[in-house]
Amino acid sequence: MATAFQKVYTKITQITKATCTLRATGVGNDELAVVDGRLAQVVKIWGNDITLQVFSGTEGIPTNAEVTFLGKAPTLKVGDELCGRFFNAFGEPIDGGPAVDGEEREIGGPSVNPVRRKQPSELIATGIAGIDLNNTLVSGQKIPFFADPDQPYNQVMANVALRAETDRIILGGMGLTNDDYLYFKNLFDNAGVLDRIVSFVNTTEAPPVERLLVPDMALTAAEYFAVDKNEKVLVLLTDMTLYADALSIVSNRMDQIPSKDSMPGSLYSDLAKIYEKAVQFPEGGSITIIAVTTLSGGDITHAIPDNTGYITEGQLFLRKDTEIGKVIVDPFRSLSRLKQLVIGKKTRKDHPQVMNAAIRLYADAANARTKMENGFDLTDYDRRALAFAKDYSNDLLAIDVNISTDEMLDTAWRLFRKYFTRSELGIKKEIADEYGHFED
Amino acid sequence: MSKTQGKVHSIISNLVLVRVEGPVSQNEICFIRLGEERLMAEVIKVVGELAYAQVFESTRGLKPGMPVEFENHMLEATLGPGLLSKNFDGLQNDLNKMTGVFLKRGEYTNPLEDDKKWSFVPLAKPGDRVRAADWLGNVKENWLDHKIMVPFKLRGEYTVVSVAEAGEYTIHDTMAVLRNDEGREVAVTMVQKWPVKVPLRNYVDKPRPFRQMETGVRVIDTMNPILEGGTGFIPGPFGTGKTVLQHALSRFADADIIIMAACGERANEVVEIFTEFPQLDDPRSGRKLFERTTIIANTSNMPVAAREASVYTAMTIGEYYRAMGMKVLLLADSTSRWAQALREMSNRMEELPGQDAFPMDLSAIISNFYARAGMVYLNNGQTGSVTFIGTVSPAGGNLKEPVTESTKKVARCFYALSQARADAKRYPAIDTLDSYSKYLEYPEFEEFARKHISETWISDVNEARNMLVRGRETSEQIDILGDDGVPLDYHVVYWKSELIDFVILQQDAFDPVDGSTSMERQRYMLGKVLDVARSEFRFESFEEVNPYFKRLINAFKQMNYSEFQSEAFVGFEREVADILAERKK
Repeated sequence: MATAFQKVYTKITQITKATCTLRATGVGNDELAVVDGRLAQVVKIWGNDITLQVFSGTEGIPTNAEVTFLGKAPTLKVGDELCGRFFNAFGEPIDGGPAVDGEEREIGGPSVNPVRRKQPSELIATGIAGIDLNNTLVSGQKIPFFADPDQPYNQVMANVALRAETDRIILGGMGLTNDDYLYFKNLFDNAGVLDRIVSFVNTTEAPPVERLLVPDMALTAAEYFAVDKNEKVLVLLTDMTLYADALSIVSNRMDQIPSKDSMPGSLYSDLAKIYEKAVQFPEGGSITIIAVTTLSGGDITHAIPDNTGYITEGQLFLRKDTEIGKVIVDPFRSLSRLKQLVIGKKTRKDHPQVMNAAIRLYADAANARTKMENGFDLTDYDRRALAFAKDYSNDLLAIDVNISTDEMLDTAWRLFRKYFTRSELGIKKEIADEYGHFED
Repeated sequence: MSKTQGKVHSIISNLVLVRVEGPVSQNEICFIRLGEERLMAEVIKVVGELAYAQVFESTRGLKPGMPVEFENHMLEATLGPGLLSKNFDGLQNDLNKMTGVFLKRGEYTNPLEDDKKWSFVPLAKPGDRVRAADWLGNVKENWLDHKIMVPFKLRGEYTVVSVAEAGEYTIHDTMAVLRNDEGREVAVTMVQKWPVKVPLRNYVDKPRPFRQMETGVRVIDTMNPILEGGTGFIPGPFGTGKTVLQHALSRFADADIIIMAACGERANEVVEIFTEFPQLDDPRSGRKLFERTTIIANTSNMPVAAREASVYTAMTIGEYYRAMGMKVLLLADSTSRWAQALREMSNRMEELPGQDAFPMDLSAIISNFYARAGMVYLNNGQTGSVTFIGTVSPAGGNLKEPVTESTKKVARCFYALSQARADAKRYPAIDTLDSYSKYLEYPEFEEFARKHISETWISDVNEARNMLVRGRETSEQIDILGDDGVPLDYHVVYWKSELIDFVILQQDAFDPVDGSTSMERQRYMLGKVLDVARSEFRFESFEEVNPYFKRLINAFKQMNYSEFQSEAFVGFEREVADILAERKK
């Protein structure tokens, strides 16, 4: 990759597992370099001592390795040719196809001026009632699945991506197992939508530090389609926990003082820089981010899900409901912060009240279940609430549901009528009159 | 004074070490030249010839040896008419004046308008003796009286030599000439600068707060009131409604000026304010909310160092309007992000860390900042106030973390958001019993409440609080012993507390009527609910209690959704009375 007139350095003074340091002049911050044929990036300049983060690791690098600086930050060549292709973390094809020719853009570019953003207002329908009814998604939103590693988060995310009406889907895979990589590849192929999709994939076979480039690569491609082409772009990032783990590896090698859960003190800003790329542009283009943050043992107080929750506009929790034997979108712990912008406005007027009433009744059922488990007698109301909860879970919360929002609302009213009286719902009178169809 | 020059020596992310060739001061502003771009930075440490500067921009491409120029002053806010209805970044750049969709590095824009004319009316006359912050004249900013003041930086007494006549002027025109006793003359324009990290202390006295600041949020106004010039904070795990609550406060609070510092939070939340405020009416003046609002937006993806500056910029603008005798409400969302910005920098400087890797002096920094709020008596005897409410985003929802603990020591109101309430969709999710307002114990406020709300207000509030405590206790008993394992009376006590919860504490922030409740209505409704809670009821079995109170709560809720004293309201009030008559002893 070195050209003739570039200065070649051959004296590395320090090597750690992820970084190496050498003396050099005229080097810029964030600049790319090639160390012994491997791509690296400047992460610290101390006088003439330059510290490089070597993406693929430093195994076998000698102190006299050749180092050249490329004079630029990491870039991606953008263009319509990206579509239907699979790339690695450096933006190089891994599908056997030719290299993409296009305009070269620096990744990790500047932020959108907040006053130039438009308020997100377009509903993204997925057919899954646990999402559309209770946690409606909006274009320009950023939202992760919080899921334990054994849950089918990649499948649900892929389903959402294929059902959502978007112009472009960008997949950023970090630490994907080869099986999952092939799952996505086959799924997109079979759905006949491959030409809408661009994928940047770092599999578990590749070194972990490389995956630090994946979100920026994916989002640079997303910005090309959303800004230059005014397209509605959906970005899928899986798994952000593995991304954060890679951050902690690098900061650790650089002797930074770790903060909570041995994560770098800048974790919040690092994650925010990625997630905040989600935006509704005034010209109609948008970037929506759906991510996956895997939890360990459902612990959301860990630094990664915790910081993520503060950045993203809600989160979607998957949970196995043992009573109906299906995976559901947990209505208590899931939240879409932007749903207020569309529910009852882009959807039917009774949507907000129906949603809240159903969740409240579901909570009553949870209390009744606790009572039952503790061996107490149940009241008539308790029994009705429990029966309602089972139907609600099966007919609406389960992830295999695929119906329109109006049908979801009608289903909810049907269950309300079946199990409860008007006054037990606590719904605004005019709404109940118009949509409730109660006999009394 | 000539400017000190320097050269970039080292770069660690946004911390840049500069080898200086001359004197340099702590917190001095400098500009690093990177080709055509000038990157602003602030000195935060000096060791020998090396000045450590935090850069307010991305440092990508920066190289050792690049020239640096020092500006001889600290980070300053520009103060003058035209601050309202603006969207600034943390360094007070006018975001609307920036070009392009994406923020450009090194682009700094004027916070005010150089050529806009303001209609000036003099308040002082030649011969008057004046001090810093005394009022010289008045201009109309939107509908508010914006005072042109003696510059805050002037020391001692001055005599007014001349004041401009009433008329139209730009901010740079000379509005008055002042002379001190040594004969030095100062020309005063409408605009002045003040270093943001230095508190503005040009007032006579700062008494304890005593007047209530109405917010329209019942769980605050009724149960845990905040006072004008008071301080409060809202800690809560994510998803518990911190931001919705802050937005409700900014809409309905009884303040002349609202300053919102969106500090390291989501950009879409700021966009919501940008989009909605120009449309929303101020319930008090009938004008647009936006006309009394200034927004400092330094969202989480904007440079970290400017995030730290943003809360200071916001406070300085607040203090400026306070000096005009205004009631200012300053909201900062979230102070944890500000603390994290401090942590990132302290970490890069390899300082010895305190708890959770935060800097050791975090607690002192937070308490100094909260101390800048307050109600003051100005030189002319009038009052002005800065009421400050900050949110805290405790890591993992754990209130024992350093930012929450440090804030708890200084803020007088504590609004605890509870995950359990949020999960049950009981919004606002403030847990009344875990929250407190120390102002309820202030004799100054007791006197105010007796005069302006009702004779028995404080004791009514305490009674409601006690009922909530008893409700919680009995509910625990019922959970342990079972519905039929406790006396019937327990169920009644529990449901009385649920009534208070549903009717007073819970409020629908998105409902046009229920979103904001006047103090008069709050007094009325608390009285109504306490009437019920004080009553005795006839029940045969515990199974009758739940449905009965559900009906009662439903009727009360319909009252909350109806315009105060409207036909519908009175109708539902009658329904409440009918239901009561069925079983009341």
